Amino acid sequence: MLTTAIIAGLVLGGTYALVAMGLTLQYGIARIMNLAYGETMIAAAFAAFVLKNALGLNPMAGLLLVVPAGFAFGYAIYGVMMRPLVARAGDRSALEIDSILATFGLLFVIQGVLLVLFGSNYMSYSYLNIPVSILGANIAANRLLALGLALTIGLTLYGLLRYTRWGTAIRAVAVAPQSAVLVGIDVNRAARFAFALGGALAAAGGVVISMYQTFTATSGVTFTMKALIVVIMGGVGNLLGALSAGLILGMVETFVATYLEPGLTLAATYAIFLALLLWRPQGLFGKATR
Amino acid sequence: MLEPIGGRRAPFLLLSTIALAALAIWPADSAAQERSSVKIGYAVSKTGVNAGGAGITTIPNYQLWIDNVKKAGGLEMPDGSRLPIELIEYDDRSSAEEVVRAVERLAAQDEVDFILPPWGTGFNLAVAPLFDRYGYPQLAVSAVTDKAPDFVERWPRSFWFLGGGADYTDALANLLVNAREAGTIGDKVAMVSVADGFGIDLVTAARESFAEADIEVVYDKTYPVGTTDFSPMVNEASGTEADSFVAFSYPPDTFALTQQAQVSGYNPKVFYLGVGVGFPAYGEENPAAEGVMSLGGIDPTNEANRDYRRRHHELTGQGPDYWGSVITYASLEMLQEAIKRVGLDREAVSRELSTGTFQTVLGETKLENNQLRNLWWAGQWQNGVFVGIAPPDRPGAATPRLPKTPWKN
Repeated sequence: MLTTAIIAGLVLGGTYALVAMGLTLQYGIARIMNLAYGETMIAAAFAAFVLKNALGLNPMAGLLLVVPAGFAFGYAIYGVMMRPLVARAGDRSALEIDSILATFGLLFVIQGVLLVLFGSNYMSYSYLNIPVSILGANIAANRLLALGLALTIGLTLYGLLRYTRWGTAIRAVAVAPQSAVLVGIDVNRAARFAFALGGALAAAGGVVISMYQTFTATSGVTFTMKALIVVIMGGVGNLLGALSAGLILGMVETFVATYLEPGLTLAATYAIFLALLLWRPQGLFGKATR
Repeated sequence: MLEPIGGRRAPFLLLSTIALAALAIWPADSAAQERSSVKIGYAVSKTGVNAGGAGITTIPNYQLWIDNVKKAGGLEMPDGSRLPIELIEYDDRSSAEEVVRAVERLAAQDEVDFILPPWGTGFNLAVAPLFDRYGYPQLAVSAVTDKAPDFVERWPRSFWFLGGGADYTDALANLLVNAREAGTIGDKVAMVSVADGFGIDLVTAARESFAEADIEVVYDKTYPVGTTDFSPMVNEASGTEADSFVAFSYPPDTFALTQQAQVSGYNPKVFYLGVGVGFPAYGEENPAAEGVMSLGGIDPTNEANRDYRRRHHELTGQGPDYWGSVITYASLEMLQEAIKRVGLDREAVSRELSTGTFQTVLGETKLENNQLRNLWWAGQWQNGVFVGIAPPDRPGAATPRLPKTPWKN
């Protein structure tokens, strides 16, 4: 029973982590609070759905198409919509407010396009919904895949950011955008790249989610909310933080549902969130506020 | 000081005079005209959390009906003439405030002849006082409530088409009792429900129905809306001795619960889930759905219903669901026929709906105390069709196939 709960919790947490990592990149490095993040995921989910149903392409192969498309989309959105905001914003908080308003609008644009294209129906398809037995617990292969992807992406990106010259430059932008310019870093390029990378991660999350979750054109906001909680818990801009916060959240939800009461999962999530905000507002892995 | 105020006021006065003059001319003008159309309006959730449900049960049927009327040359009046429908449509964005505002606007500002109801129990209750105040008949289809008889007393022009929670849970308890007496299953049930309108209503009714039928509920948990991971609940339920699994769930949960049961290899003898099982996507081309039970159902031998399903598919590109869709369409046919019999007087139409007998896609349809009671309370997927199995004595009822065949992986 206990091992089943632990494994189910880790797998659920893997989904949360996968969803949150893109947002933490966009918010932490590009300083864009992207409220349309969930919609980007849903758009990717629809893309996977169409590729599977119309072209018979399996979602794993779909990832190879949709993830670069997510990157390109993020890159374009940053260039067209965010760049002017960044250019005119006097300080960080001004940019945050402007980007929240702008992406709030973007949310409705993407949602509207999806509604026109696909209507408001529930979409679902089944892929890799086969049991995999781990230590006696039966886990769906598609959820295991989400955990695997979250771990791979999280650790790879962490390694890149930590140990490469390119990663150091990106981190410099995250920590001190004004000073980064002084040492010859193209802040704008770095931010744009981080934002696009976030878009690619959102797309990956969307494709994986679509393998096992029913979605509609309007369900993006629930993903944004969950991702936001994970991002703030883990520390803004911190990939390892998002990864571990996601896993913790998944574990807590599963344990509460198994041993206490499934009705209390949401309450438990927000209780932890509140506690963390009270005692460690900068998040698990965040640095004290500058 | 005086001059600028007067300067600003002058054009305002001029404008309001013109407006008043226009108003004075307008009614005389329109009254002289013959009526050239019938205005029909509705507010429904095209976006937001309810869009998924409205998009399958309500909106396609409104479209199909309006298309049908258009093809017939308009709505037929008692004198045999036909008037085209002028449609006014609002999106309530899944907000109860918004649906109330939109219905008020349809009644007071757009002055439509008839208003079609929104989707959902809560939304139908929210707009019921308005329908009543403005004298519109309310054909509440996508609303499940045990209080329908009280509502009919309070709002005499309200009509309730989908029964109440206890109707469904009594039928379910009856099915389980029959299977128990046949020796197919034991008397223990594991039950989960979503902590929201539908789930709360149904699980409350079910606890009572099961207690009366001496069915023991060994696992009874609720979960919040938006839950995506059902492995703890399915694992707990499969750890009990219950032969039957019952979930009063919303569509995303229904799909997720089914997948989780398959993955966990959980094969209860009775597998009964909530909204979503009756969606064509759930079982029409999915052999794994065989034997799954839920609310609703159809009589597959009904010719009119078959024809309706074909037309629905042709126009909207998707099949109707197996619960509320056909009822929604039948309620519109009743409205159309009532208008044909008594004209556009809303009071007379309400009376006709209440007392008349109608030929609809359901067959001969008649309301009892403003409620449709001849319904399928439970259904089961059998060979790719979600057939009605309860009440068992209703003509066209299929025999339940129990125990459910194990999942095929």
